[in-house]
Amino acid sequence: MPAVSKGDGMRGLAVFISDIRNCKSKEAEIKRINKELANIRSKFKGDKALDGYSKKKYVCKLLFIFLLGHDIDFGHMEAVNLLSSNKYTEKQIGYLFISVLVNSNSELIRLINNAIKNDLSSRNPTFMCLALHCIANVGSREMAEAFAGEIPRILVAGDTMDSVKQSAALCLLRLYKTSPDLVLMGEWTSRVVHLLNDQHMGVVTAAISLITCLSQKNPDEFKTCVSLAVSRLSRIVSSASTDLQDYTYYFVPAPWLSCKLLRLLQCYPPPEDGAVKGRLVECLETILNKAQEPPKSKKVQHSNAKNAILFEAISLIIHYDSEPNLLVRACNQLGQFLQHRETNLRYLALESMCTLASSEFSHEAVKTHIETVINALKTERDVSVRQRAADLLYAMCDRSNAKQIVAEMLSYLETADYSIREEMVLKVAILAEKYAVDYSWYVDTILNLIRIAGDYVSEEVWYRVIQIVINRDDVQGYAAKTVFEALQAPACHENMVKVGGYILGEFGNLIAGDPRSSPLVQFNLLHSKFHLCSVPTRALLLSAYIKFINLFPETKSTIQEVLRSDSQIRNSDVELQQRAVEYLKLSSIASTDVLATVLEEMPPFPERESSILAKLKKKKGPGAVSVNELEEGKREGGELNGGGERGGDSSSTPSPSADLLGLRAGPPVTAAAPSAGSLLVDVFSEAGVNDDGFLSEFSRFVCKNNGVLFENQLLQIGIKSEYRQNLGRMYLFYGNKTSVQFVTFTTTLNVQAKPVEPLIEGGAQVQQVINIECLTDFSDAPLLNIKFRYGGALQNLTLKLPVTINKFFQPTEMASHDFFQRWKQLSLPQQEAQKIFKANHAMDTEVLKAKLLGLGMALLENVDPNPENFVCAGVIQTKAQQVGSLLRLEPNAQAQMYRLTVRSSKDTVSKRLCELLAEQF
Amino acid sequence: MIKAILIFNNHGKPRLSKFYEHYTEDTEQQIIRETFHLVSKRDENICNFLEGGLLIGGSENKLIYRHYATLYFVFCVDSSESELGILDLIQVFVETLDKCFENVCELDLIFHMDKVHNILAEMVMGGMVLETNMSEIITQAEAHNKMEKSETFIFQCPRQDR
Repeated sequence: MPAVSKGDGMRGLAVFISDIRNCKSKEAEIKRINKELANIRSKFKGDKALDGYSKKKYVCKLLFIFLLGHDIDFGHMEAVNLLSSNKYTEKQIGYLFISVLVNSNSELIRLINNAIKNDLSSRNPTFMCLALHCIANVGSREMAEAFAGEIPRILVAGDTMDSVKQSAALCLLRLYKTSPDLVLMGEWTSRVVHLLNDQHMGVVTAAISLITCLSQKNPDEFKTCVSLAVSRLSRIVSSASTDLQDYTYYFVPAPWLSCKLLRLLQCYPPPEDGAVKGRLVECLETILNKAQEPPKSKKVQHSNAKNAILFEAISLIIHYDSEPNLLVRACNQLGQFLQHRETNLRYLALESMCTLASSEFSHEAVKTHIETVINALKTERDVSVRQRAADLLYAMCDRSNAKQIVAEMLSYLETADYSIREEMVLKVAILAEKYAVDYSWYVDTILNLIRIAGDYVSEEVWYRVIQIVINRDDVQGYAAKTVFEALQAPACHENMVKVGGYILGEFGNLIAGDPRSSPLVQFNLLHSKFHLCSVPTRALLLSAYIKFINLFPETKSTIQEVLRSDSQIRNSDVELQQRAVEYLKLSSIASTDVLATVLEEMPPFPERESSILAKLKKKKGPGAVSVNELEEGKREGGELNGGGERGGDSSSTPSPSADLLGLRAGPPVTAAAPSAGSLLVDVFSEAGVNDDGFLSEFSRFVCKNNGVLFENQLLQIGIKSEYRQNLGRMYLFYGNKTSVQFVTFTTTLNVQAKPVEPLIEGGAQVQQVINIECLTDFSDAPLLNIKFRYGGALQNLTLKLPVTINKFFQPTEMASHDFFQRWKQLSLPQQEAQKIFKANHAMDTEVLKAKLLGLGMALLENVDPNPENFVCAGVIQTKAQQVGSLLRLEPNAQAQMYRLTVRSSKDTVSKRLCELLAEQF
Repeated sequence: MIKAILIFNNHGKPRLSKFYEHYTEDTEQQIIRETFHLVSKRDENICNFLEGGLLIGGSENKLIYRHYATLYFVFCVDSSESELGILDLIQVFVETLDKCFENVCELDLIFHMDKVHNILAEMVMGGMVLETNMSEIITQAEAHNKMEKSETFIFQCPRQDR
């Protein structure tokens, strides 16, 4: 009875799966799988056409094999064939295969797209949903191109079934995420927003994800969703638990949708409309009140659902940060959760409180929970929770509790999980620095840190302690004494030796009066560690030794003896050998005066962002820490890095402490310490060039020739330039904004430049002329490197000179007919570059015209049939060739978008022009 | 957004993997192994959230999981999702499976992978939640079963194919 065996059909699949499960070894399993793969391959390749049912069976087997972790490199075609079957089962398996084993083979995508197109127009809701699922799963660009126009129509059409609407909403969201430029919401916006009012809760659930994503990207266009979301939320919150029937989950009405509504509202500031705001505050209060009510069920699902809403409500309250009353209630609620028996709630409470701690209204309230949090850090069984506790301690730390928190974190470090030690070390180091009232405490803390977790103390941490000791003369003596004591320990961490070597080399003289730490004792102590250390540390120690010779002439002979020994002067390591030779020579031939000058005490480091903070930010990604830091900064004013003022006084005016708080505020100044082989040079190299900073300045010069190119506290650079044919001349004006002169001022450039005056007096300005010749087309701008000394510190900055290809445009006037003829001539795909982008500035016709003229092309009137559009023509003059270019800019005022098309005879030019211009409008 | 949904048993054998972001097949397998390693070493009755493994985006993403008898259900999500909400979603998923398979067990997932995928597709699409209402999901799943049966009847199938 063939029909029976067929119906029983998937028996083949079941047998195969059982076989696999019965395999005793991995090898047996692989053997069985290979046998099956060969079988399926031959069936697919065989002459006999397979019926849909067999295809389905084999495709199922392939799916199973894939799940076990084996590559599947065939079967795609058979799966695609299943898509065009009329049977649901076959179609469904085909789509499943495609969704699980996406293949970007474009030939295949075309076939898949065809099948999808048929199913979308089939009006069979099941088939439509399958097709929409497939698009959402694959989400490739080709699919977006094919369907981005169709899906919004399905989504808002009146006769679309609810289940199809749901799928269409999420399908559209997926396409928007992968290809935002292809999904143009314009005309659909308001109808999509009104899906929040849909009667079917499932449709609202799906639509809200779409609306949230779109709102994040285009907040203004979607802001009408706020009032709709508030009224929907209010209806849910105030409904009895039975009103929403199936959407009530363990006595909680529509918890998932409530969470999503609260998330959506977090995309916006508090509603301006008083009535809407009042209603929302009422909702939030109701949610907080309900949390206090006795539970309607003992099931964990009930409390989960209830608390999911509560946590989102608290997030929204924190986001608004404007209702002190709600904030304090939120904090109290979280405080209860901190001691809840459910671990999940303790975890989430710690996490939410972290954000709450940065609000000025609730910071104090958060602080009252310090004992509980410290206790959590000590006793929680779960490392995830302990980590959140450590995060919260970090967030709630301020001057009043810093000592306690740092001490607790230090003691936790001794037993902390390896996975979080490095981060803990960074946090302790930052807190110690930020809230140090007396620097001896700071030095103690960092040295403790090295003692407890030396392996996890990154370079940034010990660099930083040295920077601070050098910049603060009130702590130098204490630091010297403390490192000296710390080095007495028979086994101490190499990082301790580094700090010790550096500090004693600089400030050993401050403790040399005590016979217990006389120069020779200090030297012998350091040298006893020498042989156990790695090469970089030894190199540092050698530098410390030569500094000793300067500080304490009486140690000269001993140290020279050491330097002269074979193990130094003939060391196989080049760096060590060179240092030994040079230091030995220096100490023997240089007079004491020369020696004193060369080995002078390190000058103070320029105040700048803590390198540790930068590292923590890098580790955690932006956002996590920075918001917090900025908040802290506002509250605390100038801290350790607070420029001129020392220590305690925190009532400061805007001080250079801004530098501590983010590169954004700081100028791209790089400084290097001028010392014989100082390792500290490395600390500063990362600051390098502030990319964001100069990029924006750079792009301002695309359409203009004069202006200020760069400015920081020290230096202003102005620019004036003129261009003719392929030649240009640029005048750079360097203005010294300080009252101190800049010395050894040099600039280097990869184009011909006349040398600049090496000295700029305080308040004065010098000029430099640069002649430019465009040899061929280019996209990278020349880099200008500027170095000078201000006070003791070397300043180094690199700027992109605003020389762009469009500067060499010659405008070309032409009539409409000519323009379109040439436009057609430049029709090779690579000759055209196109960009569609959002307007960054108001779409004012006159401003646009001025910018296009500034670009250097001729602005052609009466050429484009649409008077809203702009067309331009010009020829770029280079020494090698002339490049004719045509441009068309089509503004769409309604969508606030532009389409920019550039065609030119050279592909690289089209591309570059397009890039440059897209940033201008 | 949900980045991935993984089901594996106590020995780390995958029973369902669904990725909503594109990874190579190799990386997918590594992610499954890494996730198993992270989740399986955790005690029972501690919290259900932890930071994601490095392969799936590290601390940007969270793993939210539940352990039922022999199976781990793990959702990897980004910060836009509510942790407790996802925990409930897992519960809804499992309860739905339980209703559809009548006391679901690991074997059901093994032998009816396509059905599990179907049920999941009724709940989550492209990494976003489509439907949370269990009876709606079950209605859809039953409708599909019915369609399947009516199609197999064409072949005169006397046995029920579950």
